[in-house]
Amino acid sequence: MALNRKIAFIDLTTGQTRTEPIPLDWRRKYIGGRGLDAYLLYTHCPAQADPLGPENVLLISAGLLVGTLASASARTHIMAKSPLTGLLGSANMGGFFAPELRWAGFDHLVIRGRAEKPVYLYLHNGEIEIRRAENLWGAGVYDTQDLLRRELNDPETQILCIGQAGENLVRFANVMTGRKNAGGRTGMGAVMGAKNLKAVACRGTQSIAIRYPQEALEYNKQIIDQVVSTKVSQIMQRWGTGFIFGVTNTTGLVRCRNFQYNQLPNSEDIECENLDKVSIGLDGCFGCQVHCRHRYIIPEGPYAGTYAQGPEYTSQGAFGAEVGCRSLNTVLVGNHLVNDYGMDTLEVGSMMAWAMELFEKGILTEKDTGGLRLAWGDDEAVIELVKRIAFRRDIGDILAEGPLRAAERIGPQSLPYLIHVKGMSNLHSDERPTPALALNIAVSSRGADHLRGRPAIDLYNLPLPVLERVYRNPDGYTGPLTNRYSEYEGKPRMVQWQELVYMAVDSLGVCKYHTVFLSPNHPQFQEFARLIYLNTGLEFGEKEIWDIAERCYTIERLFNLREGMTRKDDWLPDRYFDEPTRLGLPVARGKCIDREKFRAMLDEYYRLHGWDENGVPTPETLARLGIAEPKPAA
Amino acid sequence: MGKKILITDPEKCTGCRLCEIVCSVKHDGVSNPALARIHVVKWDNEGFYLPMRCQQCREAPCLAVCPKGAISRNEALDCVQIDYERCIGCKLCVQACPFGAMGWDAERGRVFKCDLCQGDPQCVRFCDMKAVDYVEADRLGCVRMREAGEQYSALLRRFGRG
Ligand code: SF4
Ligand code: SF4
Repeated sequence: MALNRKIAFIDLTTGQTRTEPIPLDWRRKYIGGRGLDAYLLYTHCPAQADPLGPENVLLISAGLLVGTLASASARTHIMAKSPLTGLLGSANMGGFFAPELRWAGFDHLVIRGRAEKPVYLYLHNGEIEIRRAENLWGAGVYDTQDLLRRELNDPETQILCIGQAGENLVRFANVMTGRKNAGGRTGMGAVMGAKNLKAVACRGTQSIAIRYPQEALEYNKQIIDQVVSTKVSQIMQRWGTGFIFGVTNTTGLVRCRNFQYNQLPNSEDIECENLDKVSIGLDGCFGCQVHCRHRYIIPEGPYAGTYAQGPEYTSQGAFGAEVGCRSLNTVLVGNHLVNDYGMDTLEVGSMMAWAMELFEKGILTEKDTGGLRLAWGDDEAVIELVKRIAFRRDIGDILAEGPLRAAERIGPQSLPYLIHVKGMSNLHSDERPTPALALNIAVSSRGADHLRGRPAIDLYNLPLPVLERVYRNPDGYTGPLTNRYSEYEGKPRMVQWQELVYMAVDSLGVCKYHTVFLSPNHPQFQEFARLIYLNTGLEFGEKEIWDIAERCYTIERLFNLREGMTRKDDWLPDRYFDEPTRLGLPVARGKCIDREKFRAMLDEYYRLHGWDENGVPTPETLARLGIAEPKPAA
Repeated sequence: MGKKILITDPEKCTGCRLCEIVCSVKHDGVSNPALARIHVVKWDNEGFYLPMRCQQCREAPCLAVCPKGAISRNEALDCVQIDYERCIGCKLCVQACPFGAMGWDAERGRVFKCDLCQGDPQCVRFCDMKAVDYVEADRLGCVRMREAGEQYSALLRRFGRG
């Protein structure tokens, strides 16, 4: 059954492991994946734990529908207290690790303690082994997986691992599987590094019984047809996510030169159409017919001939617009390096762009950078900087600390240039013309981030009835909705709704491109209910899934409040309010966020979640959601 | 209508393994690649993916080694099939298949192989890339020629006719 996978408790200090069944009650309250991880972190991680200490709890999980007949049920979720923000750490990745974890018999791993020497975990058909990994320490992400498959003598083994960045405790080191699937955000790789845990390898041949196989097969076909019938999926099937860079850059929604411009002119070389020159085909995650990324070979320079995957639109931002570069090769190499060293491409791009602006302003000089001139658009400097961050060399050692710690070391004059929320950098997008998107990054439970609640379909200026169909369900919302992306009214609802639909897919282990992210016509609560039923036999109404998502999102909130977050942290950097955009189409030019209206959006957003004016869940909300833990002090 | 055959094209495969899962669900009601009749062999360091499955051989080694005559050819479907009434589970066929296409289900103690889903192959139905395809045998040449011709003609159109 899809419900008989186990939870494993692994203590790396003592070497003890224990497996237990997952109570049905947990499924009904948290589903699985990210939702259940949130509950586990809140209850297992001691308050004020040192994120890099043995007391931090690392959770690795596969969502409830992973490996089943639910389109793109591929996702691994990773959670811990974040060494980057000191708040909730959470990352999510595709690939083939999560289904293999389930075939090996497990859904959730709860890892504590710290191994004395480097180790890796080997999970196979219900067994857990803690094995020595000294020989792997120092290897990049690609080599680590290679070496392990050879050691285990099984090319079918799926591996989640860290690269050198995780070992070096770069605070935004990620967790990787395959060539490019990255559990990218909030520094989960550094948590692994601090635990001396190099990798988790798994291999399994245990069947996941599908409750109603024939119906599930037919329904999945219907869902796939629904997903691939939309324009946006068809574009992605052909071009990958790189197309998003092109359309947002044309409008003027892309951060350029840190935050000085909102568009990179003359960007042809790094546009997705150009990837065709280097692509050898597209690549899909488990069970996915959208296959949104390329397999490519680096065409020239010192890395010529290297095989890598991507680059996604985030890397076009990180190694293109943000740092003012315009070279496809730089994007390809930069993307390859962050994936092999195991670092968050978004954070790397932002930290580099920030350093470059500081260099331009004279706040950093060659004395601070070990002689490296950080000039906009200098391709070589960018690639060199990536390496210095991964190996913590001179200026790289400072940047590897992440936004707030780096600013502390450089000095307060560097702070105004930082584009971060809660100590995590934003991706390369510029939300000044789009209040809804701006609200999303300000309130996201893991710091500035689009994958927590971005109402991306707001960018389409869709007809109101389409938005109503999406955003009034499934709880019968009757408040305002507006369909122009420059407006403020009704946007908090969009953000809240997206937060909950993303919580639901993250708990099911399904990819966001298969729900309402880039298309209003993709599956959502109603379809989720049917998918859960046919695959597992569990019956949920769409409103019940909504309530579960609300419960889990509120628990993430409680975790953050317990660790010291306040309303002040749900806020944007001053530049969003004070510096109007300079480029782009008329809808995007001359825009900045209005402080008062933004404040009102924030109030409304809290109200929708049932949180008080400080963003603290009210006793009624806690009672309604059945969250038993005591409310932490505000 | 001519007989159909199952063909695979690694150039088109994105490596998603959906074909494996729909296969095991269709036949056994479970998600488990170990029970799938199709398997995507991956060279992850090069990004090369090759879906492998039974070739439905004309001179089938599995058929030849079976001491019980449990394996036969279904000529209408152009398919090598197992008669479980006769099968004694000796696994000689598993060892004889040069493609590894005869599987062994340890739990149920029986061999298994691709049965072309009795003419409606689910791997083909679900693969949007048509990296696995089910085509009329006498038109196969035609299909491949057209695909190859498309690349050639694109070049011709781009660089003139010489
Ligand atoms: S859309 Fe892309 S990321 Fe999502 S499952 Fe498919 S290939 Fe993976
Ligand atoms: S479904 Fe098609 S694209 Fe996916 S692995 Fe199978 S053959 Fe390849």
